[in-house]
Amino acid sequence: MSALLNVDALRVAYPGRGFRAKPHEVLHGVSLAIAEGETLGVVGESGSGKTTIGRAVLGLVKPSGGRVLFRDKDITHVTPKQRRELAKDIQVVFQDPYTSLNPSMTVGDILSEPLVVQGQSDKDARARVGMLLDQVGLPADAIERLPREFSGGQRQRVAIARALAPKPKLIVCDEPVSALDLSTQARVLDLFVDIQRQTGVAYLFVSHDLTVVRHVSHRVSVVYKGDIVETGSAEQVTSEPEHPYTQRLLLAAPIADPLEQEKRRAERHRLMERHREQDLQAGAVRA
Amino acid sequence: MIPYILRRFGAGILLALLVTLITFTLLSFSFDAVVRARLGSATTPEAVAAMTATLGFDRPVLVQYFDWLGGVLRGDFGTSLFTSEPVGPAVASRLAVTLSVVLVALVITVIISVALGVVAATRGGVVDRLAQAASLFGYVVPGLLIAIVLVVVFAINLRLLPATGYTPFNVNPSKWAATITIPVIVLVIAGAANITAQVRGTMIDELRKDYVRTLRTRGISTRSIVLKHALRNAAGPALTVLSFEFITMLGGALIIEKVFALPGFGTFAFNSSLQGDITVIMGITLFSVLLVVSINLLVDLVNGWLNPKARIF
Amino acid sequence: MSVEELIVEPAQKAAPRKSPWRKLLEDPQAVVTASLLLVIAILGILTPLLTQHGPNEASLDAINAPMGSPGYPLGGDQNGQDILTRLLHSINTSMISGLIGTSVALAIGVTFGLIGGYYGRKLQGATEWVFSLIMTFPGILLLIILMPLTKGDYRSTMLIYGVLLSPGIYRIVRNQVVGVKNELFVDAAKVSGLSDLRILARHVLFVVRGPIIIAAAFLGGSAIGLQSGLAFLGVGSNTIPSFGAMIADGFLNLYEEPTQFLWPSMLLGVITASMVLLGNALRDAFEGVRPKPVKRSVVKKQAAQTGAREATGPEVLLSVRDLAIAYRTPSGELKEVVKGVNLTLDGGHTLGLVGESGSGKTQTAFAILGVLPPEAVITRGSITLNGRELLGLSERELRDLRGRSIAYIPQEPMSNLDPSFSVGDQLIEGIRASAGMPAKEAKERVLALLKRVGIQDPQRTFNSYPHQISGGMAQRVLIAGAVASRPKLLIADEPTTALDVTVQAEILDLLRDLQAELNMAVLLVTHNFGVVADICDRIAVMQDGEIVESGKALDIFAAPDHPYTAMLLNSILDEYTVRSDAPMATHNTAGK
Repeated sequence: MSALLNVDALRVAYPGRGFRAKPHEVLHGVSLAIAEGETLGVVGESGSGKTTIGRAVLGLVKPSGGRVLFRDKDITHVTPKQRRELAKDIQVVFQDPYTSLNPSMTVGDILSEPLVVQGQSDKDARARVGMLLDQVGLPADAIERLPREFSGGQRQRVAIARALAPKPKLIVCDEPVSALDLSTQARVLDLFVDIQRQTGVAYLFVSHDLTVVRHVSHRVSVVYKGDIVETGSAEQVTSEPEHPYTQRLLLAAPIADPLEQEKRRAERHRLMERHREQDLQAGAVRA
Repeated sequence: MIPYILRRFGAGILLALLVTLITFTLLSFSFDAVVRARLGSATTPEAVAAMTATLGFDRPVLVQYFDWLGGVLRGDFGTSLFTSEPVGPAVASRLAVTLSVVLVALVITVIISVALGVVAATRGGVVDRLAQAASLFGYVVPGLLIAIVLVVVFAINLRLLPATGYTPFNVNPSKWAATITIPVIVLVIAGAANITAQVRGTMIDELRKDYVRTLRTRGISTRSIVLKHALRNAAGPALTVLSFEFITMLGGALIIEKVFALPGFGTFAFNSSLQGDITVIMGITLFSVLLVVSINLLVDLVNGWLNPKARIF
Repeated sequence: MSVEELIVEPAQKAAPRKSPWRKLLEDPQAVVTASLLLVIAILGILTPLLTQHGPNEASLDAINAPMGSPGYPLGGDQNGQDILTRLLHSINTSMISGLIGTSVALAIGVTFGLIGGYYGRKLQGATEWVFSLIMTFPGILLLIILMPLTKGDYRSTMLIYGVLLSPGIYRIVRNQVVGVKNELFVDAAKVSGLSDLRILARHVLFVVRGPIIIAAAFLGGSAIGLQSGLAFLGVGSNTIPSFGAMIADGFLNLYEEPTQFLWPSMLLGVITASMVLLGNALRDAFEGVRPKPVKRSVVKKQAAQTGAREATGPEVLLSVRDLAIAYRTPSGELKEVVKGVNLTLDGGHTLGLVGESGSGKTQTAFAILGVLPPEAVITRGSITLNGRELLGLSERELRDLRGRSIAYIPQEPMSNLDPSFSVGDQLIEGIRASAGMPAKEAKERVLALLKRVGIQDPQRTFNSYPHQISGGMAQRVLIAGAVASRPKLLIADEPTTALDVTVQAEILDLLRDLQAELNMAVLLVTHNFGVVADICDRIAVMQDGEIVESGKALDIFAAPDHPYTAMLLNSILDEYTVRSDAPMATHNTAGK
């Protein structure tokens, strides 16, 4: 196995709400693999379970079945101590740069805390923080400032720097640009790609937006209602999808060009019509 | 709906059992003192032992507890160790005095708080500042001092109201009203201070919510938006605070009763406790737990009616 | 984009936030109450140095001695004890009561609040049950009942009272922790390899410290009040001087020597009032001043109408001229967030108002609807609908227009439905408000509308409460409510931003169909150029409160005039680039 990360038949169930409620399964056996230095895009809509995949890899939710292998080592159910060891290798960038940074800590503390916890001296940590700020394109004086003094895009850069701090092999990116303004989105995506080229880190890149995923991913998996329905190269999945759901998803995203969008809309209506007919036929056969 | 009430009721009974058991166990440490208190200071160890045996205090605590519980289930709450008065009727008659003060106070508190809170939240300005000042006053000045000042001014100096004593409602309604007026005012000042602030705060929050804006864009009147929509949504949190306020008022009534010499539940509890009248204390404990449990159940049911998300049934 | 962000953001960028302790030092209420308490506490501590008598030392000569008697500066009480001495000792009794009650409540409440909030549901359930058990009981009554056990000693009484107060603290801490625990920064700390203990101490406790400190002030006041209440009742030893006992004595002696009652009452009043007021000041410092109600009034226009009415063609439905909206900054001056906007919308057309967050597009839309937040001030400009000026109309006149002539679709479907009323009830109320009709007819109309907006089972949705339906369905319900009275102008504020793309496509189809059917004009506020390309025939681009470019959609997409528009269009991730470089081979594939 040459893959960096293997997720094998992963199941996750959340406890049901209320008294003696049945658990609610959000992932029904999901498998994927990521090689070193590679980006796997995971696309799906809200409630599809895409975020849960990332959280299971990070150990933030307990899988109810299946395995997660990192460098061929089973990390599905590790002790808290082993999990803390894994922090060196697996990191995260969350969607919301407003709540993912502790509002009462300075940027310098946010970035150096993980390093100090892992045993680096204060001096080394500070030096590394300076390098990290430079790497993500933030000014050096950011160290003394609080997260609230920064814009959304800059905060997301802080979050990226925090993820890079321990020189990880894999970063789980959970919708990292969807809370950002259009003009910042593209720049932050470019930063992700640049960093990957420099450091060889791999990304598990979760997003609802096919266009975003297409820009950063080598390969793409599509999640629909807790299952991966299609996996392939970014090129294939985002231009010639095979699964009907991926086709719908692709044609539903509007193009920022009135003429092109009119064509796409017509195409989408044709596709919907075709699917409806297929459903009707399937219904007729079953009946 | 019915199973939910039954389940809640079961939980309430369990709570009552637990609280009475804990109280009984704690009280058992003072059995010896109780016996000595009954016998007076000049007594012999033999007399103490004899009395202990007569009262059954020499048996294991659990046995005594279940003995008491068995009586309760048969409707027999025992008799006072000191006056031989049956505990059930004795507690009930005192509770009637306290509840008539507390419930009247509670109703007036709700009316004042909702009116004042809503006006303060929607009008702002002078009304709001007055409401806030009034509610701060209620918080800041101890109820004990308010009670004494009112007695001195209205009862003793102006002679408008009786300073002390109690006339039951069925004996003379207007005298009843006169005897409870000052105690009710004292409880209302503290209660309304708390609930008005709560209603004002939640109303302000509600009126800033998105759905209020959307209702306005539909051409719905301000009156309906405030009184029908916002107030209903604000009522849930206020109701929870109200249920705590009820418990606080029950406790506060105790001090009030002392100042106004009302023959209520609190005075009764106080005197029985001073004497160590175990059976009466147990009766009082049981009654108050059941009272609190019923109030909480009532609040939950009203909350469920107000807030569809809280409907468990 | 909330208004709050709009007005708060610039101020924050200018100056880093003051720490709560700094704010406290600048708040006269906090400084005065804290100093008062400090002075009183020091007087209590210095009691042995300040007094010549023991607290229970009685002298026949001093019985009811007047103020200023030698050795008895405040006089003597009816037992011949020195009032000053007893007052000073009472300070200590009440301070110790406050300390014991508060620290027991804090120790128990904070510990279990952290544990119950941070760890799993089972542990939380158990702690929750125990604390609600404690909470259901009237505290004073229990203290009275347990008198045979405590022998009335105020210290053990306060110990029990602390336990009785702990559920309040527990709830505060637990709720805070549950809130903070789900914050992403705690997840991030876990992923960074921090231990639970460090996360609790460094990330969780630090964030919840504010509410704990605030509660402590109120608890202290409550414990002191209760102790004096019990002492007033006569619980406890009469050799322990306390305000309550002194008040009880003074009460009996009120007519002969009113000052005997006055002194302890005043001191007790000052102490509890200072505690509560200090608590309020702490709350303001740590949680920020709570929002104040502002009387919702007709928008006051500060400037006169902008000259003569411009010649507008008969087809012009909505015309916005030189509209400026401002908010008051904390320092008092007006800061404009919309700076002279001009818009024209013809009947039956769709105008896309495009911009990034903070550009003022939503504020412009709210101004047209007349639903700006009460703090907003329209400083100049004019908004006309069918030639009628809207600014300056009374709420009643606006109400007649809303629903009938102008309607609104919001961004967040869920928060825009009243959670306490069923979908059907809310829609019926709107229809009856704008089109006055019998309830039965209104219900039929609503059911027909729900079907029209693509809801499969109208009756079921009609009976549902908002939390029982999905976001997409809630947006359909809101659209049904908006078009119920066939408005001429529909203002849609980011109507699809909160929805999945597949749902977004369906909602856009629905809007397009309804527009043609009802011949409505639509003002669509959005940041998404894809949505604009799909549905708008005209565009106005907003930046920093100003319209930088407007025109036909086709023209602007083909050749934007303004550099900002060009920049925005360029930042759109295009549809065709796919990442093409292979994953780079890393130098370290073998592992360690």
